[in-house]
Amino acid sequence: MSSAPHWIEPHPHGIFVRPANAWIDPSRPVSRALVTHGHADHARGGHDAVWATPETLAIINLRYGRYPGENAVEYGQTLDLNGVKVSFHPAGHVLGSAQIRMQYRGETVVVTGDFKRRPDPSCAAFELVPCDIFITEATFGLPVFRHPPTSDEIAKLLAMRAAHPEGCVLVGAYALGKAQRVITELRALGYHDPIYLHGALEKMCALYADHGIAMGPLLPVAGTDKADLKGSIVLAPPSALADRWSRRLPDPVTSMASGWMRVRARAQQRGVELPLIISDHADWDELTTTIREVAPKEVWVTHGREEALLRWCELHQIKARALALVGREDEDEG
Amino acid sequence: MQAFSALVTQLGYTRSRNAKVALIADYLRATPDPDRGWALAALTGEADFAAVKSSAVRTMAMERVDPELFRLSRDFVGDTAETVALIWPETAPPANDLRLADAVDAFAGVSRARAPALLAEYMDRLDSDGRYALIKLATGAMRVGISARLAKTAFAQAFGLEVDAVEEVWHALSPPYASLFAWGDGGPRPDPEGTPYFRPFMLAHPLEDGTVDLADYAAEWKWDGIRIQIVRVGDDTRLFSRGGDDITPAFPDIAAHMPVEGVFDGELLVRGAAQMGEAASFNALQQRLGRKTVSAKMLAEAPAFVRLYDLLIDGTEDLRLLPWFVRRERLEARMAALPADRFDLSQIIAAQDFDELGRIRDGARDAAIEGVMLKRRDSLYVPGRRVGLWYKWKRDPLSADCVMMYAQRGSGKRSSFYSDYTFGCWNEDGELVPVGKAYSGFSDTELKWLDKFVRQNTLNRFGPVREVEKSLVLEVAFDSIHESKRHKSGIAMRFPRISRLRRDKPAAEADTVQTLRALIT
Ligand SMILES: [Zn+2]
Ligand SMILES: [Zn+2]
Repeated sequence: MSSAPHWIEPHPHGIFVRPANAWIDPSRPVSRALVTHGHADHARGGHDAVWATPETLAIINLRYGRYPGENAVEYGQTLDLNGVKVSFHPAGHVLGSAQIRMQYRGETVVVTGDFKRRPDPSCAAFELVPCDIFITEATFGLPVFRHPPTSDEIAKLLAMRAAHPEGCVLVGAYALGKAQRVITELRALGYHDPIYLHGALEKMCALYADHGIAMGPLLPVAGTDKADLKGSIVLAPPSALADRWSRRLPDPVTSMASGWMRVRARAQQRGVELPLIISDHADWDELTTTIREVAPKEVWVTHGREEALLRWCELHQIKARALALVGREDEDEG
Repeated sequence: MQAFSALVTQLGYTRSRNAKVALIADYLRATPDPDRGWALAALTGEADFAAVKSSAVRTMAMERVDPELFRLSRDFVGDTAETVALIWPETAPPANDLRLADAVDAFAGVSRARAPALLAEYMDRLDSDGRYALIKLATGAMRVGISARLAKTAFAQAFGLEVDAVEEVWHALSPPYASLFAWGDGGPRPDPEGTPYFRPFMLAHPLEDGTVDLADYAAEWKWDGIRIQIVRVGDDTRLFSRGGDDITPAFPDIAAHMPVEGVFDGELLVRGAAQMGEAASFNALQQRLGRKTVSAKMLAEAPAFVRLYDLLIDGTEDLRLLPWFVRRERLEARMAALPADRFDLSQIIAAQDFDELGRIRDGARDAAIEGVMLKRRDSLYVPGRRVGLWYKWKRDPLSADCVMMYAQRGSGKRSSFYSDYTFGCWNEDGELVPVGKAYSGFSDTELKWLDKFVRQNTLNRFGPVREVEKSLVLEVAFDSIHESKRHKSGIAMRFPRISRLRRDKPAAEADTVQTLRALIT
């Protein structure tokens, strides 16, 4: 890079876009924030003004209450922030998730936030946005991470349920994104029975339904007879898998939907009996393919296993650097 | 291969012992010979291929993957075999058309130089679960959290047999166990007559409280050596350790001097005051274990002999279903035929009653005495631990046999060695649970050996901590035991230190949490 500071400045607590006087996904309160999506490691409360997609704003409202200065930005709509042209493009990660494209003095920069490439019935599909500097995540940035076809994993879940009619399958799934993804993938494979929810998942599922995502019949575990839960699929946040709450379920098989389930020790540490490798992040092949397709002049890596992705870039003679953002990657988010 | 890899994968995610047994039993029933025999060999640790070592796995991976990306992945995953299985590039969807028995035949015949290429060829044909199972099989390190005993239990359950009956013939058979499965399928019991094979040991329970009536129980000393079994058939003599390992090559001085056909149970000890005292003599024995040859110097400096406890088979007559006192008479009658410098008889302690026995026990000065054994006079010789038959009454109860579970590097001059060990005992569910941590008590030579053990038996790495294969028994001495809410085992030790490495003891024979609980003060 040249000696003059670049107009995009990485800081430990976020990416600062100096000419726009705005931060992307800052981890502390700022006056102006552009937010890629609603996960806690990207969206925090306390900003004075926020630009995000309407779905992301709805999610933020649900989690943190209303912001005083909300600015809804539709996918593809272009804003002008002090001469920086800013637009939001689907990232395929969760409902409302966006990549943020910025153009300034002839240079185009894309920040992916979190993204995935494979189809997800619960959110808009990733859009490939050409750019000069591609600022990417690398949550699963190791060549051991290759997510299998989602339908294979859902088929495993259905097979376990069928084999276990006197008990239930308890699936740990992150409240935003993963839970709704598992539900909609189940529906896509023709499973139309009620799916039972831990209380912590109910509101987010309702929000998805309000945004037109067909969730099928959902029922709360609370107030349902233990006997009625036999032969069912139950969803709960991962933190509930091992706690007292699960005692109200009939002989549950512990499952978990996460990209981390690819590694045996990760599943075993959580006592998972049915690991489902279902991730809302790009796997290694998708990360590297995306970099090839975007074909940027430079790659910047925000968070994850950046060392290996940098090594890959080096092997392929692509200029790359790590930004070392702090406070990213909620383990459960995989 | 797909059925086997599915089994290995499912076992990895199954916690309950019964569910594991059921999984294995289902597999053994549904799978044809000889595949199921090789699978059983893999699960019991009997499959080993000299030419396929973990270095071959590494070499193979390096030809397909950038070494730096491999290293980063290995650090994250924690297990080399799993890393290779996951990272292996799939150029086309794998055909999954490899047969377990074909792979086994190929591994058995391959040269060291060809091994990586052969393995790579198989990797290309398998999916990631298949690759994982095959590498684990090839390197003889299944480590799916099941013991050989559990696999045998599953076999017995699959075919409606008694596990003890399976144990009885097990050591006379070899993979892929055609005659064993024929038995399971309704054929005749395998007949190992005419071969010297191991019979499972009878073991003792700790005497936790109370007393026994010496009218019903005989008392003898519990000697502090290595429990062994001597089997002679024709002119072939074999020595077996507690786990059934053939240790004959390490003790030629014993094997060469057994003139009588039959099966003896005894304690291997070292004679003479020329050595450096009791612990050193025990160490001399331990150092011989596992050796293929022993130097003349070792034989001269630490001559071994066996103190006999029991006679299981006299000539070809099986005595095990006779009472102990009858077997004892038969043993005594045999002693005259044995060379006295190599074999002697473990003496019965003459005591009027239990109180007197206690006084004799407390007054014993021989350092090679570990305590007292109490054997029901009418007890048959039955494998394993049975309540009420045999008891061990240790002189110094403040020690326990534990299994190493985790290791961590030390500090200061020990920082390059894995010198801090977390060890566990068995709980009622048959799981090992940690009961303490120790970083002292061993010599520098033992530390080097322990460090090597940790490095060669690492299952997982968690930062600075390594989880090791649960196979090494450590005798741990401590000052006292207390109740503790902080530990899963519910107990905590005060000043634990490693008093001995028990390489002769199988992990399954380590103490139970329940035994330790009885020592709570
Ligand atoms: Zn996210
Ligand atoms: Zn994230």
